[in-house]
Amino acid sequence: MERVEVLKTYKVYIGGKFPRTESGRYYIPENGKGEPLGNICSCSRKDVRNAVVAARKAQGGWAGRAAFNRGQVMYRIAEMLEDRKAQFIDEISFQGASKKKAEDEVNTAIDRLIYYAGWCDKYTQVLGSVNPVASSHFNFSVHEATGVVGVFADESTSLIGLVSMIAPVIAGGNTCVVIASESLPLSAITFAEVLATSDVPGGVINILTGSMTEMSKPLSTHMDVNAIAYSGKDVDVLRDLEENSVLNLKRVRSYSKDWLKSGSQDLYMISDFQEVKTTWHPIENIGGANSTY
Amino acid sequence: MNNKNGFEIPDFTRSPAVDKVGVEERVSRFQKRSIKNESKMQGLRMALNMIDLTTLEGKDTPGKVRQMCYKAQHLHDVYSGLPTVAAVCVYPSMVKIAKQEVKGSGVKVASVSTAFPSGQAPLDVKIMDTKFAVDQGADEIDMVISRGRFLSADYNFVFDEIATIKEVCGKARLKVILETGELVTLDNVRRASDIAMYAGADFIKTSTGKIQPAATMQVTYTMLEAIRDFMNATGKQIGMKPAGGISNSKLALHNLVMVNETLGSKWLTNEWFRFGASSLANDVLMQIMKAETGVYQSSDYFAID
Repeated sequence: MERVEVLKTYKVYIGGKFPRTESGRYYIPENGKGEPLGNICSCSRKDVRNAVVAARKAQGGWAGRAAFNRGQVMYRIAEMLEDRKAQFIDEISFQGASKKKAEDEVNTAIDRLIYYAGWCDKYTQVLGSVNPVASSHFNFSVHEATGVVGVFADESTSLIGLVSMIAPVIAGGNTCVVIASESLPLSAITFAEVLATSDVPGGVINILTGSMTEMSKPLSTHMDVNAIAYSGKDVDVLRDLEENSVLNLKRVRSYSKDWLKSGSQDLYMISDFQEVKTTWHPIENIGGANSTY
Repeated sequence: MNNKNGFEIPDFTRSPAVDKVGVEERVSRFQKRSIKNESKMQGLRMALNMIDLTTLEGKDTPGKVRQMCYKAQHLHDVYSGLPTVAAVCVYPSMVKIAKQEVKGSGVKVASVSTAFPSGQAPLDVKIMDTKFAVDQGADEIDMVISRGRFLSADYNFVFDEIATIKEVCGKARLKVILETGELVTLDNVRRASDIAMYAGADFIKTSTGKIQPAATMQVTYTMLEAIRDFMNATGKQIGMKPAGGISNSKLALHNLVMVNETLGSKWLTNEWFRFGASSLANDVLMQIMKAETGVYQSSDYFAID
């Protein structure tokens, strides 16, 4: 008797769980050959709301972890991704890329996670400063997580765009709600399965699939979202995001980078989602010396 | 046996048994009502006006109570026309402060008593506790029943205790907390409700908020049915207060639907129905502001209570 293949249901990732979309809707993206990729959840504004609630709940705990521990967790994501490399390569090539390109994409994604994992316990030293002031104060600035970040992942790639945006955001102690590529959603959900088995606390990363146009407004107007990260070149979309963000003065950062290049990763992607806290600590004027500090 | 209210006291060992499966089925129906737009807004405002804003911590201070009392009267001043909550609920030692703070606003002061939350104290201590709260100006008394006695089937003891406290209350309305989380079965919840009502409760209340599970819809529904049967038998209307665990608007609306469909609209005022909650108010406010502005809200923009 011939065996019937069991197809995987791609669900969304909210608060460390894999629920179906609250809307009950789905869509069927196709690859270049016209083959259906699967029944993918078409999330609604209520899923956005639930994801933001989950992200907010997780934020304090994630930011409060030791920086070194955040690095360990991110390194673990990379380990798990390496372990499931073959599956990602298959999925990315099924969505239309060549085998070679798919492999390159997965390798870059793993390396990118390692890169930002390394920064976790170092970026505050590099970015922070001791500031010269005229009064007898010890004045210093440190970086702190912005909070909940809405991430609009790159539409043209399935995995690398997503990972390149998430990694610096969570390295800095933020949590995020990510809207995956609408036409290439498979690796985003499989990546969520990697996250679920990588010691990442539930709610730190939440991944939704479906129409970006539909979800951009509820996410970018949400009063409990503190920043927006957009990857893409569509100026109309960016203008809308910026307009909506005025409501509670969200940070908006946009990137039109080729994420496969190593130059697309840097420290400043972490500092893009950081707030600077400056402290004035009174000190004695030691020995009457004219210290500049 | 007749009591002084003129109705016969039934044999509580023969309180009606509760069909648990039936209750669950019925309760799940209440959760499927679609409430949209205007009715939802009306329901949310109603829920706000039914809240007993509560602080019952060992670490309560006069400052904390004052802050909560301010919140009770100024839920979200950014948006005008909102009602106040129904009452503030505090420990007896805080009644005086609360009373001063809510003066003239129509917000009532409820005080827990009878060695809340455990109720493990001799009767004269419970009487003193209650008397103190009433003398300090409490409009409502939330007493706890002796669950240990109840579970050892000493129903007369429980009955007499409630009747005694009712006398001490004087003009203050008496809410009787059954602490359903410790009563284990719905049959017990039903029996305890009957005892409380026949002994003179003005309100029956699910929980102290210190024990889980607290006000599940199953429990509340069982108590609502007891209230309905009591009304039919004696003609006396009794209030209901689910407390503990009702932390979001959706759950509050489900509860209102349940009250309306079990007891009728006569109960849909804060004279006869209350929510004992502390975090519910902000969630309801956030829902109201979401409806007003069209955007999802953040707790950063609402006062801590």
